[in-house]
Amino acid sequence: MFRPRVIPSHSLRLWRDTRVLRVVGQAVFLAAVAAGAWWLLVNLQANLRSSGLNLSFRFLRHTAGFPISEGIRYSPTDSNGHAFWVGFVNTARIAAIGIVLATVVGVLVGVARLSANWLVRKLAALYVEAIRNIPLPVQLFFWYFAVILTGLPAASNSIRLPGAIYLSRRGLCMPWLIPTASFATWRWFLVGGAVSAVVVYAFRRLQLKRIDRPGIPILWSVATLLLAGTVGWCITAGRPLALDVPVFERFNFEGGIWLSASFLALLVGLTTYTGAFIAEIVRAGIQAVDRGQVEAAKALGLRRRNLLRLVVLPQAMRVILPPLGSQYLSLAKNSSLGILIGYYDLLNVSTTIFNQTGRAVEMMLLIMGSYLSLSFLFSFTLNYYNRRMQPVEK
Amino acid sequence: MRRAFSVVALLVLAVSLCAVGQQTLEAVLARGKLVVGVNAALPGFGYLNATTGQFSGFDVDYGRAIAAAIGVGIEFVPLTEGERFTALQTGQIDVLIHNTTWTLTRDSREMGLDFCPTTFYDGQGFLVRRADGISSISDMDGATVCMTSGTGTEGNLADAFRERGLELRAQAFSDTEVAFAAYEAGACDCFTSDKSQLASLRSTASVPDDHTILPDTITREPLGPVVRHGDDEWFDIVKWVVFATFFAEEYGITQANVATSESSNPEVRRFLGIEGGMGAKLGLTEDWAVNAIAAVGNYGELFARHLEPLGIKREGSPNALYTEGGLIYSPQWR
Repeated sequence: MFRPRVIPSHSLRLWRDTRVLRVVGQAVFLAAVAAGAWWLLVNLQANLRSSGLNLSFRFLRHTAGFPISEGIRYSPTDSNGHAFWVGFVNTARIAAIGIVLATVVGVLVGVARLSANWLVRKLAALYVEAIRNIPLPVQLFFWYFAVILTGLPAASNSIRLPGAIYLSRRGLCMPWLIPTASFATWRWFLVGGAVSAVVVYAFRRLQLKRIDRPGIPILWSVATLLLAGTVGWCITAGRPLALDVPVFERFNFEGGIWLSASFLALLVGLTTYTGAFIAEIVRAGIQAVDRGQVEAAKALGLRRRNLLRLVVLPQAMRVILPPLGSQYLSLAKNSSLGILIGYYDLLNVSTTIFNQTGRAVEMMLLIMGSYLSLSFLFSFTLNYYNRRMQPVEK
Repeated sequence: MRRAFSVVALLVLAVSLCAVGQQTLEAVLARGKLVVGVNAALPGFGYLNATTGQFSGFDVDYGRAIAAAIGVGIEFVPLTEGERFTALQTGQIDVLIHNTTWTLTRDSREMGLDFCPTTFYDGQGFLVRRADGISSISDMDGATVCMTSGTGTEGNLADAFRERGLELRAQAFSDTEVAFAAYEAGACDCFTSDKSQLASLRSTASVPDDHTILPDTITREPLGPVVRHGDDEWFDIVKWVVFATFFAEEYGITQANVATSESSNPEVRRFLGIEGGMGAKLGLTEDWAVNAIAAVGNYGELFARHLEPLGIKREGSPNALYTEGGLIYSPQWR
């Protein structure tokens, strides 16, 4: 009679045991990576020392001394560290606004590509193909030089849009609210309002759950905040906020808020570029939804809008979200091309700092760290949302 | 700029991978060529002709003079303002001749650079449109100013406006050509840089006469070759090649007559390598200075060839010979 030979596990030689090999393999790989990194670090330190450059971040506290004309409050007497922060905020700002706009453009165009209307469908396809196949730096130069600098008038005869908004080749200038002396008092009403809004939200949510009815608790909190703000506005002596209307002076408009030509060109460039990629992702996502779903929805008598909103898009989202995240990340990183057209982003400011201080290695570490943390922030948020969108398995 | 970022990142990696400690002269001799970092976009100083692929300019010729003095070939590396120091610090180039201003920070241990004698005394100025009716800095309250990022001009500009209590809107670009194109297209009211560069850029404008350089000069900008800190032997060679061009002009030694020059003046004889053993003291051949002048000419010839066509005047400026009231002056050849 045949009996299969069973090898008892204790007699198996270690170098043939896959369980052991797997662990050892990983340990060896990890050790190699660690040794490589260690070698690079030691070598870097030794070489820096031999050329008299020691790794130090003290220069961040020195006075920056150079101008930045974009973003949060800054003056040349501030420190290098603050200048870097201004650049970081500018990068985060263009990335955040760009992501929102690119998503809107991408979803609209993606849906348009599947439209029943021949013209809409072809136009959307033309947009996607044209934009995707031209390098982004070329597009940025196009928006900056051909559209804004050549297409728009000089600041002295700006295009006046309704509401005292002025558009010229220097950018867009519009009225803005600025805090006055009584703002400090009014602020407390806002803080109080915000706290009560949270409380109201939680309370209303519990209440809705108890009576088991649908509702939108966030509306209640918004109403609470508005109420607090309005009451505060009436009680506070004088107006807490004043409208700062731009006025033309010798060279340009003063006052109000500015969106510089560089900012506009970069924003339009990043939005249209990334929008084209997102459009393709959205189209792929929609087409991945089973035909039966659409047919079933039609059989139920849903209109096209509701069919998309209630049936197709929620299912398409599961396919769309992961690649969408990479597009967001590439938009954030592509914003570093802003230096080409004079946008004061992280890279532009850092170039100046490292040229003035000669701290190339330190600045590289800071730049890489900043982009990395920004990217982590975006991908963390998106992964969280992605998990929530996945179907709940029962 | 994306390219600048990747170049700098690569260079940083290069520092961490290879040792830079080697002596520059030995490295140059072993390699058989000198690697010079230059500007490729500044006509008159350092310019790359896109059709011929040839570099030309005042700074470029100083590179050729050094190579001729050592007796090796030459390679030019075009660099942007943002890349130039890292390229030198990491040993990618042997000498940087890139209209670079001599400042304390750059000369110090902190940045690891050494500055050779000044070859051109410059100063930061302003280029404006004639039609705007600006006649001095004080007229520029609230004006937008374009410039290249990664240069000292940004700080000087901020200082000049701050000192006068003027409001400044700045716009910095990674490339000088792009910055100037933006100014020309109307993104800015003013373009600021060293006056020599303004003269050079103005000559490239579509209608040069529409633009004018303001009389104000806000800084002293001594420009000259730069080497790595700590390699004194190499520092001496570059220094004395520069002095050779000064000395040759003072004693009427030119590109045309240097090979046949004879003199009874002992100092000139030492310069020509006929006596004194000056070459050996620098680790070079005795005819090094003759070769340098034969390659590019003396200081006056260099100036006339590259800078006068831009409309840069020498008379009455610090760039005149000291015998004519300028600052161009060579120490003793002894």
